[in-house]
Amino acid sequence: MLQHVVRSTVIDAPIARVWAVLRDFNSHDRWHDVVAESRIEGGERGDQVGCVRSFTLKDGNRIREQLLTLSDTEYKSTYCIVEATVPLQRYVATLTLKPVTDGDRTFWHWESIFATPPGRERELREMVAEGVYEAGFANLRRHLSGGGDRRGSAAVAMPSALPLPTRRVVVHRYGGPEMLQPGEGVAAAPKAGEVRIRQRAIGVNYLDVYLRKGWIPSLMPLPGVPGMEAAGTIVDVGSEVSGLLPGDRVAYLGPAPGAYCSVRTVPAAWVVRLPTAIEDELAAATLLKGITADFLLRDLGRVGPGTRLLVHAAAGGVGLLVCGWAHRLGATVIGTVSSDEKARVAREYGCEHPIVTSEHRFADAVQSRFGGADVLVDGIGDAARDENFAALARRGHWISLGQASGALQPIGTDQLVEKSITFSRPAVFDYVATNAALAERAARVWAALADGTLKAAPIERHSLGAADEAHARLESRRTIGALVLVA
Amino acid sequence: MIRVYTSSVIDASADTVWSRIRDFNAMPQWHPGIADSRIEDGDSSDRVGCIRHFHTRDGGMIRERLLALSDYDYSCVYEILESPMGVENYVATLKLTPITDGGRCFAEWSAEFDCAEARETELVETIGQGVFQGGFDALKRHFSRR
Repeated sequence: MLQHVVRSTVIDAPIARVWAVLRDFNSHDRWHDVVAESRIEGGERGDQVGCVRSFTLKDGNRIREQLLTLSDTEYKSTYCIVEATVPLQRYVATLTLKPVTDGDRTFWHWESIFATPPGRERELREMVAEGVYEAGFANLRRHLSGGGDRRGSAAVAMPSALPLPTRRVVVHRYGGPEMLQPGEGVAAAPKAGEVRIRQRAIGVNYLDVYLRKGWIPSLMPLPGVPGMEAAGTIVDVGSEVSGLLPGDRVAYLGPAPGAYCSVRTVPAAWVVRLPTAIEDELAAATLLKGITADFLLRDLGRVGPGTRLLVHAAAGGVGLLVCGWAHRLGATVIGTVSSDEKARVAREYGCEHPIVTSEHRFADAVQSRFGGADVLVDGIGDAARDENFAALARRGHWISLGQASGALQPIGTDQLVEKSITFSRPAVFDYVATNAALAERAARVWAALADGTLKAAPIERHSLGAADEAHARLESRRTIGALVLVA
Repeated sequence: MIRVYTSSVIDASADTVWSRIRDFNAMPQWHPGIADSRIEDGDSSDRVGCIRHFHTRDGGMIRERLLALSDYDYSCVYEILESPMGVENYVATLKLTPITDGGRCFAEWSAEFDCAEARETELVETIGQGVFQGGFDALKRHFSRR
């Protein structure tokens, strides 16, 4: 009589991650304890239907099995034993995965039908059910939780390596927000060292406005797609990528624009995996801005107890994060804002001394009330040039982060020496030049959000197709907090 | 053709959960979105081809025909004959699979249908989250109280 064995379980990982291991017919010696060695005969690939794998088990037995079915649409693999030193006869097994959409987990079903020599039915049924299937569940669970699948490159590239269509926003001519034109494009299959991401939320930064206006043509030649950061889920990974897998929730930040789209292929070095608690929109709203706050306060401003910090656009996406974090570090936080409503929000986030000014007039107030600013975070640019000089304390540090009002005219060294001023003009990308640096700063931002040190800025959402509307809002100076595009 | 797929894990055996959902006329007893239900023409609710006639809590009337019922596979297939949702060619499958590891079961509820393009997103959300996940959530609550 034929024996029928069924075992099933739920694995606490996304289906793409589980399937990336199980679809490889030659992977078992990396995760299943009973398998000592595995190789595919004749040098064939582990995803070639008809290939034969040769197992040597830890107990010395040898099994040769042939792959009969492999389906990436049904997450299913069927195989049979062609020769074995254990008496499993006419053995055909099917392994199927299904997504548990309620919680992003994976249902794993494993069953087989086989015959045995008389009298050995029970013994062999138990060997298959417990020794192979149940042990396999436990072993794979351990393999995934220990990150075993993240070490080294995937042995077999994932199959969806075709260009994918993407919606995107293109600038064909530099100019106003209306130059942001929705269109269609393709996201190429990831090459070595790259990953392809299905994006859900894209961060909008003032840099995107400069790119659109043509202020930095070398960074975004025409036609160009703006955007430096986004969050979403990995579709597939190229060769030589370790630590990232299909199905991983990620965010990225990179020095080349192109993020205003729904699917994008980027270097894996730009990418960080997201903690469960950080949603896509929060990640897109906070990655570049939070990391900017991190290097401004820690590396550049060395802000600590008693530092008199002056922050322009204190109710903006960067401003709120800088104010809140600096307040926690013990700084005296002074901020300029353009309305009473913004002053209220800025104060709520930790800017104890908001100055409401629509004309960039603040130097007198800063000098008379605080004796000047030790550190100045300036995103205004030329319109506040003279006021900034006047507002700085002796040995003050002017950090020029942006120039929303227009390009800052050159500053003479003679002017700096008058008050021993230090002038910095940082670009965030130099502070996240390696993946390790990016991961370290991102981890600090997520941790600060988690423990309440950093309060997430309010998020204003626009659809990807309405990027023009988002830019118009940002430039209107009426927004509070961060803007994201939802793809 | 639009496809909606929702799945969950319920902390009771497939037999136990099946006994709660097998009756094609029992939706009001287990699904919080359904107000009342009857089987038309005095049919029995496990006759394949029978039609259930029910109202949702928000007052919508829906008629659905049972197309397949399997006590072996723990599955049932049905189609919508009449509804206010604006769907056509709507066929849904509800299926349980035992999880041998721990006496739980894997529940899947899927549907295929046609609709106006502008309503796709809304219908996928309403059906996938409201109807299907809403039903699973009710089953999860029911069987966690045991």
